[in-house]
Amino acid sequence: MPKKKSEESKSNNKGAVRPDGRKVDELRPVKMEVGVIERANGSAYVEFGKTKVVAAVYGPEPMHPRHLADPEKAVLICRYNMLPFSVEDRKKPGPDRRSIEISKVIKDALSTIVALEEFPKCMISVDMVVLQADAGTRVAALTAASLALADAGIPMREMMSAVACGRANGKIVVDLTKEEEDAEDAVDVPVAMSSLTKKIALLQMDGDMTLEEFEEILNKAEEACSKIYDMQREALLNKYEKEGKEVNINDE
Amino acid sequence: MSSDSKTEIVLPGDVLYKGKNMLPGRGTYRLGDEIIAKVVGLKAIKNRTVSVIPLAGTYIPKAGDYVIGEVVEIGLNYWLIDINSPYQAALLMFDLPEFVEKNTDISRYYDFGDIVFAKITNVTKTKYINLTMKDPKCKKLIGGLIVHITPSKVPRLIGKKGSMINMIKNLTGSKILVGQNGRVWIKGGKETLAAEAIYMIDKYSHQSGLTEKIEEFLKKELEKEAKGEINAEKEE
Repeated sequence: MPKKKSEESKSNNKGAVRPDGRKVDELRPVKMEVGVIERANGSAYVEFGKTKVVAAVYGPEPMHPRHLADPEKAVLICRYNMLPFSVEDRKKPGPDRRSIEISKVIKDALSTIVALEEFPKCMISVDMVVLQADAGTRVAALTAASLALADAGIPMREMMSAVACGRANGKIVVDLTKEEEDAEDAVDVPVAMSSLTKKIALLQMDGDMTLEEFEEILNKAEEACSKIYDMQREALLNKYEKEGKEVNINDE
Repeated sequence: MSSDSKTEIVLPGDVLYKGKNMLPGRGTYRLGDEIIAKVVGLKAIKNRTVSVIPLAGTYIPKAGDYVIGEVVEIGLNYWLIDINSPYQAALLMFDLPEFVEKNTDISRYYDFGDIVFAKITNVTKTKYINLTMKDPKCKKLIGGLIVHITPSKVPRLIGKKGSMINMIKNLTGSKILVGQNGRVWIKGGKETLAAEAIYMIDKYSHQSGLTEKIEEFLKKELEKEAKGEINAEKEE
């Protein structure tokens, strides 16, 4: 696709590579916190720039409705939901075609790492709520869900981190914003990767591109996923560090 | 984690050991040559077994465990007991220590809402659980209060050969029964103080030297209380 000359020269003038001044392989400012919801078994809050997501895990608990229970393994129930005020134009509340699809792909991705066979006849529910959306909500939700599952003490073979990569304004970039996603040559590729075996658990594509571009996107996504994993790690360990500090204050 | 503690927190997917000289224990699995953690917890190596003691999670029943349960359903010849796990346990009529006549209303023995201290005799692969009361330790619990802790932290609450729990019992003068399912029954003595100490253990279980810290806390609180009593007497 032809590049817009004016845009390229504009960004060159500023010295910034992307509209928000990031480098091509730079993530947005990321914030992660574990254990934000007291009544849930596990929970996490993840923020990628203006994208903000909360995930909560409940269970393992008896399957409801009972007849859907699997006598061999637990059932993973994922609900991805966007709040009405999360996007620019008010979104009608409740599940729609898009959120049902995203819930399904997230469920399929998480099923590859969660040790469901340890809890026959049970269900594990993962609720993800998008508080504010600025592209990459499904990957942020998946990253938060992985943290929340670990926080809930549910056995997992490994952790999972996800990032959206793609092409915007003629460049292969990591962690697209809504502005970049709306560029005329934009391609959006959400990728979820497990932390240890580096297996891809989610891969979608929105737009068209060459094979070379796709390979570059995948390489960049892998790099970004390992960066996100480091942050997930830090967030999880941070929870217990914080509690450690509290006891020291009590002693004094 | 403070630097002086020896315990190491591991996350799912962390490689705990490389090689084939160790066995994967609880909370771990083997992938090729490596032993990998499955849950967030503390790494523990014992007798050639690498395991992870989880810091969160629900109770998964195991034969031989003593649990504190609540009667939630009464059948013709059995009770269903909630044992703080996703699976309900069954207590059959002939697992009572006393002989039960045919055609008696078994709610005479245990009624809805009664709390029992029972032993798990069997857990099947499909998670059917059998309880028994035919054990000298098992009994119906009357009065007192129940506190909940994370089930995986029960060994920490008990301590090495019961050091922690005995210390709490001695200092507070309470009767304490600990179920492996994370329920703790306290009766008599300074009940609330004992409960407070138990909650503290639950929260700071991953720290070393916890027994000393809890002992210090209890002694301080008891001292405060004693002083308060003296002051109250003076005022009178």
